[in-house]
Amino acid sequence: MSEIHLQIDGKEVVASEGMTILDAAKTVGIAIPTLCHHEKLEPYGGCRICTVEVEVRGWPKLVAGCIYPVEKDLVVRTRSEKVDKIRKVLLEEMLAHAPDAEELQALAKEYGADRDRFEKEPSFCIHCGLCVRYCAEIKKKHAVGFVDRGSNREISFIPEIASKECWDCKECFPLCPTSALQAAYVLAESLIPQPDAEVSSCSCSCSCSGKSGTGE
Amino acid sequence: MDIAKIDQIIENHNGEESSLIQILLDIQSEYHWLPKEALARVGERLQVPMSRIQQIASFYKAFSLVPKGRHEVHVCVGTACHVRGAQRVLDTVQDITGIGPGETDAELKFSVETVNCLGCCALGPVMEVDGKHHGNIAPSQIASVLNNCE
Ligand code: SF4
Ligand code: FES
Ligand code: FES
Repeated sequence: MSEIHLQIDGKEVVASEGMTILDAAKTVGIAIPTLCHHEKLEPYGGCRICTVEVEVRGWPKLVAGCIYPVEKDLVVRTRSEKVDKIRKVLLEEMLAHAPDAEELQALAKEYGADRDRFEKEPSFCIHCGLCVRYCAEIKKKHAVGFVDRGSNREISFIPEIASKECWDCKECFPLCPTSALQAAYVLAESLIPQPDAEVSSCSCSCSCSGKSGTGE
Repeated sequence: MDIAKIDQIIENHNGEESSLIQILLDIQSEYHWLPKEALARVGERLQVPMSRIQQIASFYKAFSLVPKGRHEVHVCVGTACHVRGAQRVLDTVQDITGIGPGETDAELKFSVETVNCLGCCALGPVMEVDGKHHGNIAPSQIASVLNNCE
């Protein structure tokens, strides 16, 4: 495998072909923040929190560290005024959706992001896609997916699949940086017929347990 | 819903996964929406997970996951049409059909939708019914176009 020499934050790094900037930085102990990245999953590049500045033949540009492959003589800066500002604004936008997410709050402290900068729109999901991709790529169950588009995009469990697969799995739960996933699951759960629930003809929402015609 | 018909549509595209969107479009134009059983069949035959199908079906505006009327009425409210009286067109359409933008009547006859520019501003105000454009349309004409729909 061919060696690739590059520079990250002033350090000379020797990486091998196919590595990303994130991988290469890790080998020399430089941490780049990530939110949508997962080692076992295909590169995604959705959240952009890993944005770094690179210089290719003297030209600076901003790229996502978790997907950008290492190149010969690349000069990478993982922190700069520009990079920090981008991360700050991204965090502020995500915090508008998930104000109490611990992972986001820790990063917010680091980058001076103001959790109240944008009007709150608590959808909780930050669209990192970890749950959707984990279920599809690793478990191959496709029990959860994205629906709708733009600002209305959200994750949704497919009740028919979730009712069969999710009970004993739930491996995606700890991956979610916010509480969106569990909330969505609770919602889906209410649509899933409980395995031992009594079959009833009553569809009202009261607690009459569906036995029609009892008593009077 | 006729499963054989869905199968026929899938056959027309040789049951290829890459034709997923085309197949969904055909089902949409046949039924004016995408019934759940049809989607389940498509997923089964094409070996595409339901989550993918739902993602696609909810992403494109051309698809509907709820029943739509037999006639699709699009009233352009783009800038040019707006200036040329789109609101009056919309009001007239609402009066005749009894439904507003985004709605479908109980008999599944009409679905009304507003759109932002149909690309023929010089004809404004424009109304499109089942893909046919009606330009420079006056309220009296709207009535006759809509009343001609079965
Ligand atoms: S629910 Fe959680 S894991 Fe899934 S996409 Fe949203 S933030 Fe990511
Ligand atoms: S971690 Fe790189 S884009 Fe999300
Ligand atoms: S604004 Fe109506 S066609 Fe362009």
